Amino acid sequence: MTEEIIIAGFGGQGVLSMGKILAYSGVMQNKEVSWMPSYGPEMRGGTANVTVILSDERISSPILNSFDTAIILNQQSLDKFEKAVKPGGLLIYDPNGITKLPSRKDINIYSIAAADEAGKLGLSKIFNMIVLGGFLKLKPLVQPEFIHKGLEKSLPARHHKLIPDNEKAIEIGKGLIQAVQVLN
Amino acid sequence: MGELRLMKGNEAVAEAAIRAGCDGYFGYPITPQSEVMEYLMAEKPHERTGMVVLQAESETASINMLYGAAGTGKMVMTSSSSPGISLMQEGISYMAGAELPAVIVNVVRGGPGLGTIQPSQADYFQAVKGGGHGDYKLVVLAPASVQEMCDHVKLGFDLAFKYRNPVMILSDGAIGQMMEKVVLFDPIPRRSEEDLIKQNPWAATGKPKSREHIIITSLDLDPAGQERVNLKLQAKYKKIEENEILYETLGCEDAEFIFVAFGLSARICQKSMDLARAKGIKIGLFRPITLFPFPVKAIHDLGKKVKGMLVVEMNAGQMIEDVKLSVGCSIKIEHYGRFGGIIPTPDEVVKALETQIIGG
Amino acid sequence: MEEPFVKTEIRKDENIVYKRTDLLVDRPLSYCPGCGHGVVHRMLMETLEEMDIQDKTIGVSPVGCSVLAYDFMNIDMLGAAHGRAPALATAIKRLWPNKFVFTYQGDGDLAAIGTAETIHACNRGENFTIIFINNGIYGMTGGQMAPTTLPGMRSSTSPYGRDVQTMGHPLKITELIANLPGVYYVTRQAVHTPSHVRKTKKAIRKAFEQQKENKGIAFIEVVSNCNSGWKMTPVQSNKWMEENMFPFYPLGDIKLDGKLIQKSEIAK
Ligand SMILES: Cc1ncc(C[n+]2csc(CCOP(=O)(O)OP(=O)(O)O)c2C)c(N)n1
Ligand code: SF4
Ligand SMILES: [Mg+2]
Repeated sequence: MTEEIIIAGFGGQGVLSMGKILAYSGVMQNKEVSWMPSYGPEMRGGTANVTVILSDERISSPILNSFDTAIILNQQSLDKFEKAVKPGGLLIYDPNGITKLPSRKDINIYSIAAADEAGKLGLSKIFNMIVLGGFLKLKPLVQPEFIHKGLEKSLPARHHKLIPDNEKAIEIGKGLIQAVQVLN
Repeated sequence: MGELRLMKGNEAVAEAAIRAGCDGYFGYPITPQSEVMEYLMAEKPHERTGMVVLQAESETASINMLYGAAGTGKMVMTSSSSPGISLMQEGISYMAGAELPAVIVNVVRGGPGLGTIQPSQADYFQAVKGGGHGDYKLVVLAPASVQEMCDHVKLGFDLAFKYRNPVMILSDGAIGQMMEKVVLFDPIPRRSEEDLIKQNPWAATGKPKSREHIIITSLDLDPAGQERVNLKLQAKYKKIEENEILYETLGCEDAEFIFVAFGLSARICQKSMDLARAKGIKIGLFRPITLFPFPVKAIHDLGKKVKGMLVVEMNAGQMIEDVKLSVGCSIKIEHYGRFGGIIPTPDEVVKALETQIIGG
Repeated sequence: MEEPFVKTEIRKDENIVYKRTDLLVDRPLSYCPGCGHGVVHRMLMETLEEMDIQDKTIGVSPVGCSVLAYDFMNIDMLGAAHGRAPALATAIKRLWPNKFVFTYQGDGDLAAIGTAETIHACNRGENFTIIFINNGIYGMTGGQMAPTTLPGMRSSTSPYGRDVQTMGHPLKITELIANLPGVYYVTRQAVHTPSHVRKTKKAIRKAFEQQKENKGIAFIEVVSNCNSGWKMTPVQSNKWMEENMFPFYPLGDIKLDGKLIQKSEIAK
């Protein structure tokens, strides 16, 4: 099993940390992982993305131009990465701020209104965990016990009291994700 | 098994230095390697092991701090990225001349000049051919994963002290910035002063009555003397070539064609290999891990078995010179590269293989 | 199409009271919103425009957040290696004595890696102007400790606060430089309020006027904010600057007409 994922959105949306929690959970489940961020001054208030690979084998290139899954949190990233999803692959997006919807018919498209839901629940800080939950519903690559361990490892000790909230957000995400039909 | 962590390459370098028993780190911020010092400062290694960490006023100062400390037998390290490593070349030449052990990490970014902060391998010549003046060599290690970023620090210190020679870890911005699973080796206590003096009788540690005074210098005004120094260095480099070569091969057994690549490029080629093999192309990968000493014989032998080689580098064609010198002119050897911070994609590497080597 | 919101009729020449100088290129600045760099760029370019010396000026930009100053200042410029701007400026001014020459440098550039170039250009009494943006941090590389970082101040390489015992003391390089005989005019200003902006602009004007007379270095420090590196909002950062930076780096003239001003006066 190898799963190649791109997570992309604005800096500050928790793109990098979502990837890190997923990757760390993979490590705890004894998978090979890599986490390759965009870096540099373009991150000053701009877009951020991270490539996460989970595999049962040694990982080759940490930098990819096509992905099994794209998790998309803003329009620029949708424009950039929709075409990078492999045929038959998965695209998950949060409709908040999306004006031009994805249109490919050869991939599976899901939407998750995580930003809205997080706003309603007052959990905006862990909105990214709702998105992660949606992804894990569709691709349960890591088991909840290892996600728990991944959270413990990736969050600094002073934030460990937030782990239950994070886990709750993941569960919410699992219920929130919806398939999207691309119309002609 | 050692402790399991998910870490950035830069963080792994820092943690490995603490665990290797490093006595001191001296550096100056520069993207994409600033996490090395940031991690060290946050970890308070002074409390963990007594290791000293100092932010210097420049890379010129950092490398000369290294020279000073290494001359007293201490185990020291610096890290920087290309423009900073260029500034260090004077000091590195002096250290090679004075035969001082140290580990220098270059997390390479695109050049020349200020260039870009994105990953590159354009400092191969500088690292391998001696970027400063004079006939000298660094031992050059080329990690291709975060695990190797960690392991090469320990290996680097071992080789540096074994041969009394500076060791360079030639990495790049991607390997520095990415996170992967690392198994950390168990901490090795820092050497006591008594052990240091016993193990490094050449070091300037304070003259007891019982021995001659020690001078650490790279100067010999007498040309005959300086020639002797050079001959001694050359003999040492030869010994390193005989004993310390490291490389990895993948799928070379049945291969008709070979990718030769180091560091990140080798990771990309590994993916390209999967893609090419799916098309029925019999392709293997040869990855030098030590760039000096270069695996001349292994590549030479491989050259006798295959039809062609594509040397893939994130530069305009540097290691290819050493590959060609190793193989000779018997088969087709071409270069494929992207530069200035652009990373070649696995697809374009396959295409280059098809057009430049197989079809060409 | 709907009419654009801007009511074009009020944009008549006679109604314009303030506009971007043409010496600033019409493009978005790369600085974080709230950062002082952009204001200083503007004051500098307005001064050159008012003196009508665009064609007679050669600038040198540093390595730091203002590395791209040459993209924003519509004058001929050279980008130096980190810390070396005063060396470039020395040679430019010596070979083009009738031009106006300046360097624009951050605190890491000027007071860490470039200390030697700075001190020696000043000590030689070169005839160019140095604009020194002191924000107490390495903004460009992501908020590491600078030579000017205050004691106890947090940065990514002093995560528990600057410990002067192991990390050294903040360097008041401006006071050091004021003591060099080759230096004619030294002042420390800020740009966080309109009145401070006006004073900074006056200082820049004075410095460039003095260049005509070949009196030696004019050195203008601007104590500025780095809201990103300090991890504050722009408003918080300006308040923090007033409360913490100014007591340590007091504003005012330090050397006028080649003569040091009494310390008590600087503190005012
Ligand atoms: C030789 C060399 N070393 C390090 C760097 C990395 N670097 C770029 S800018 C900078 C510091 C900038 O700080 P400062 O001068 O205070 O400017 P600011 O960004 O705060 O305006 C450093 C260390 C470099 N470009 N070249
Ligand atoms: S990082 Fe700091 S100095 Fe640089 S542009 Fe942003 S606020 Fe200004
Ligand atoms: Mg600064």
